[in-house]
Order: sequence, then C-alpha cells, then structure tokens
Amino acid sequence: MARTGILIETENGTVKDTSLGVMTAAQGQEIIALVTGADPSALKDKLAEYGAAKIVKLSASGGDVTASPDLLAEALAAAVREFDLTALLGTASAAGKDLFARLAAAMDLPLVSDCVALDVEAKTAKKSHFSGKTFATLKVDANVFLATVRPNAIEAKPAPAAGETAEFSADVTDPGKLVIKEVKKGDSDKIDLTEAPIIITGGRAIKAAENYKMLEDCAAKMGAAVGASRAAVDAGYAPHSMQVGQTGKTVSPRLYIACGVSGAVQHFAGMKTSKVIVAINEDKDAPIFAKCDYGIVGDIFEVVPVLTEKL
Amino acid sequence: MKICVCVKHVPDTAATIKIEGDAGFKDSEIKFVVNPYDEYGIEEAVKLAEKNGGEVVIVTVGKPEADATIRSALAMGAERGILVTTDSQFLDATLTAKALKAAMEKDGLPDLIFTGKGSVDSETFQTQYRLAGYLGVPVVNEVSKLTVDGGNAVAELEVGGGDKQVIEMKLPCVIGATKGLNEPRYPKFPDIMKAKKKKIDQMSLADLGIDAAARAVTLEKLEPVPERSGAKMIEGSVEEQVTELIRVLKEDEKVL
Repeated sequence: MARTGILIETENGTVKDTSLGVMTAAQGQEIIALVTGADPSALKDKLAEYGAAKIVKLSASGGDVTASPDLLAEALAAAVREFDLTALLGTASAAGKDLFARLAAAMDLPLVSDCVALDVEAKTAKKSHFSGKTFATLKVDANVFLATVRPNAIEAKPAPAAGETAEFSADVTDPGKLVIKEVKKGDSDKIDLTEAPIIITGGRAIKAAENYKMLEDCAAKMGAAVGASRAAVDAGYAPHSMQVGQTGKTVSPRLYIACGVSGAVQHFAGMKTSKVIVAINEDKDAPIFAKCDYGIVGDIFEVVPVLTEKL
Repeated sequence: MKICVCVKHVPDTAATIKIEGDAGFKDSEIKFVVNPYDEYGIEEAVKLAEKNGGEVVIVTVGKPEADATIRSALAMGAERGILVTTDSQFLDATLTAKALKAAMEKDGLPDLIFTGKGSVDSETFQTQYRLAGYLGVPVVNEVSKLTVDGGNAVAELEVGGGDKQVIEMKLPCVIGATKGLNEPRYPKFPDIMKAKKKKIDQMSLADLGIDAAARAVTLEKLEPVPERSGAKMIEGSVEEQVTELIRVLKEDEKVL
C-alpha cells in the first residue's frame, strides 16, 4: 500500500476539521499524520478514527519548526524521505499554501494547490481555473505527489486505523533567509474565514462599519465567520482581511449567506464552490439571485435580526 | 536599483471562458489584462524607482499576444519589458519559474523582484516561490506593506485569521504583492502613448534552453463549474421567510 503523509493543522490542541477532510481525500492509502506543535497523544483518538495508521510528531534539530516556514519545509522534505511517502497533502489555508509552495520549491517537485477533489493513486487533482469559472483536472508526473486541499471541499468521513504514535526529528537547519520580527494578532476569537464551515457576508447595503455587529451576532448563533464584499471593503466598512472574492479570499463553506451583496462575477470567484448559497437582498433584480440556491427579497436590517432570534 | 516585476497575461475575470476540446479554451474573442495582483507589484516597483532612482523591468512568460499586456504595465511607469514566448497559456509553474530566472540572468539579475500573490487563470500560487528557490533568495507572499531600506526589506503579510507577520529579509528577494500594498495607478493617455515606444525584448523558451515538453503537470481537462440555475425564492412575511429558510437549511440541505 502506498504511503501518504498528511500535515495536520491544529487549533487549541485539537485537530482542525479541515485536516480531517484532507485525510479523507487519502483514504485507501496508508496514512501518516504529521503533527507539529501539538501533543500527538492528545490527537490520537481523532486521527486514528479518521484513518491515521501512524501519528508522527515532527521536529527539527535546527530549531522550532512552528516558528519558521522555511525550516518546516525542510523538515517535511526530510519526512517524505524518511517515511518513503509517495504523496504529501495539506490544507490550502493561508499558512498551508505558503508552506507547501516552499516545500515544492525546496524539493523541486510539482504541486497542485487548492484542490477540490483528488486521486492520490492516479496523481490527478481537480482545482479551480479562471477565478472559479472552470475546474481543471491536472495530472502530475512525479515520484511524490504534493497537493493542498481547499478547506471544507472534501467532507470528512471516519475510517478507523491503528494510530500508533511516533516521533521524528529531522536533521535540518533553517536556511535563515527570513527573520520574523513581529506577529500582530487580529481578532483571535473570530473563526478564520477561509476555514469556516458557515459564512455570513455583508455587502455594500450594510452601510456602515458598526452594522457588521448585526452579522456578528447572527454568526455567533451559527458558529459562522463574517465576510465582506469588495464594495463594502472599498467603502471602508470592513478590513481587507474580511474580503471574499477576487483580490480577497476564496472560501468554500457548507453554507454561505450573502446579505446585501449584488453578486458580481468577482465575488462569485471567491465563493462559488460553497455547498449552499443563500442571498438576502432588497433588490429583487440583484444578479446574485440568478446564481444562488435560496433567495429572500427583503431589507437585511429587518431579515437578519429575525434570523438571529430564530436560530 | 534594478527591479523586475513578473507579470502574467490573463483573461479578464469578467470574460466568459468558452472551452474548446478537452482542455483548451477560445482565447481569440476575449479580453486579456495584466493579472490583477501583479498590478500591485508594478505600482510598488514604480513608486520605489521614483523615490530612490532605478529601473523597472517587466518580465512576462506568455503567448506573443502578451506584448499588449506588457505595454499596459509599461504605461504604469516601467522602463522596458522582456517577453519569453510560449505557445500555450498553461506552462507549468516549474518551467515558468525557470524561464523567468533565465531571462533575468540574461538581462542582469535585479536587486528586487515583484510578482502578484497568484494568477487568476491557473491559480497555482507557487511560481514566485520556485523563482526564489532557483535564485536562492528569500520569498514572502501576500505582502500588503513593504519598506525597502538599504540592503533590507521589511514586509507585512496576512497569515490567516486576520493575524499579520512582519518579516525582514535581505535583498535581493521576491515579494508576492496583494491588495492593500498600494492603489495601482490608472495610466493617462500620454503614458499609454509613451509606452508604445518603450522597448520589449522578445525571446522564446527554446532561446533560453528550456524545453516546453519537460512539464511535470499536464492539464487533462477543463470543464465549467456548474452554474446554479437561479434561486428558489422564499416568499411571505419576514417571519415566514426566515422560518422557512431555517427549515430548508436544517431539514432539506442539512447545513445548519
């Protein structure tokens, strides 16, 4: 059986749901879950339930792998050789996309970034091309298949395996090209937009920055993250880190609720692969209604508070 | 200071993509533009050259028609361009990075390189890392703030969840630009006229010793992302609409 490594992302000492989806993409392979930072024994039950034959705590002799993406890329390259992996998969989160690109460059191997489906055995992957307008199927010709998976694109399914724990310290050092001077914390209590299972977005109709509070209250009831359209960001109602769409973030939640968003093609480029899209808009002719699943014609300031109350 | 900006010639995001055959698309009828993220790189390079002196060179790997895209970049204030021609819109990221490196080496290596954070056509998000890897220089992506001082660059980038990192590195380095870095300028008519006279060196992949057939990633199929056929509209009073929406999302779609 071919061996596939999965780089596991954790939050507050637990496995992120998005990583379980990545493991599901490799089912049928012998899965080696690679963990950095968190204690593997605390993750054992969850990772074993979703198919990890082995859970390996990865470290490097040359320093803290969680503090340097270049060092972690070197350590992952060493892990690929150590465990004789024929594929290594990760999450296409902000950190995951950056890390895998560094790894691919360091190993000079092809990489398919932000896949929505993949076949590890055949080394093929499906991903967005042309800003969400088309899917491309790509075939990779390499000994090791590297890919990142779009968060929430693949639904996690349990497939119990042994989940033996082990440690591997790679004998690598940091190339020392980057010095991280400072980490500026955003609102850490908020759910990350690209990884959120549910997103509620406010467009131009939100009218003022303080009105996002209404969406945050609603989001809190659903375990959702709050997004913004480009029009709302450009009007100064929301920071760029909240922008969904071209020049912002690409998201793929199971539920996307667009409030007062007109539905420009550039917005769809960032959320088209969401499972269910709901639009609430005062204008019954808004383009978004032609391209979503459910629509409510109404004033967001009337509809959203009722939604929050009833959830 | 010499600054290279890697620019990709891509279909306008508003263009309709008509698929031809298994993996082709009809590119003759649609508008091509400077890859939107690359505009932030061009603007930053031109601003740096205006402030500190220096030359901004646009480097593009693309079809011969990419000449027009380089002219747009030159109209934003870059000095000259280099076009490495290929016969396909989709060259894999490894070959593109090799071509960019070879073209820069031939022209004289720059002190600073900009790219966009990714391209809006193939969305591979990796060419800048490979270019930096081949050149053996530092790379950071999704940069929304940059200070270049002497031989150092300090970049601010978003790392997820709204968190930002401030990273220092030595020049030369590769900077992947994104929104927030600046406001790209709209070229005025005289700038567009001036750009027509600027020099663009053209060479093929083969001229640089790169074999286009050596690709490791093959595009096997292109298919449209299924379009939704229009919303099912939920009618009634606000109370009724919301009650029905919650029911549908919980019971029919099982997403709540």
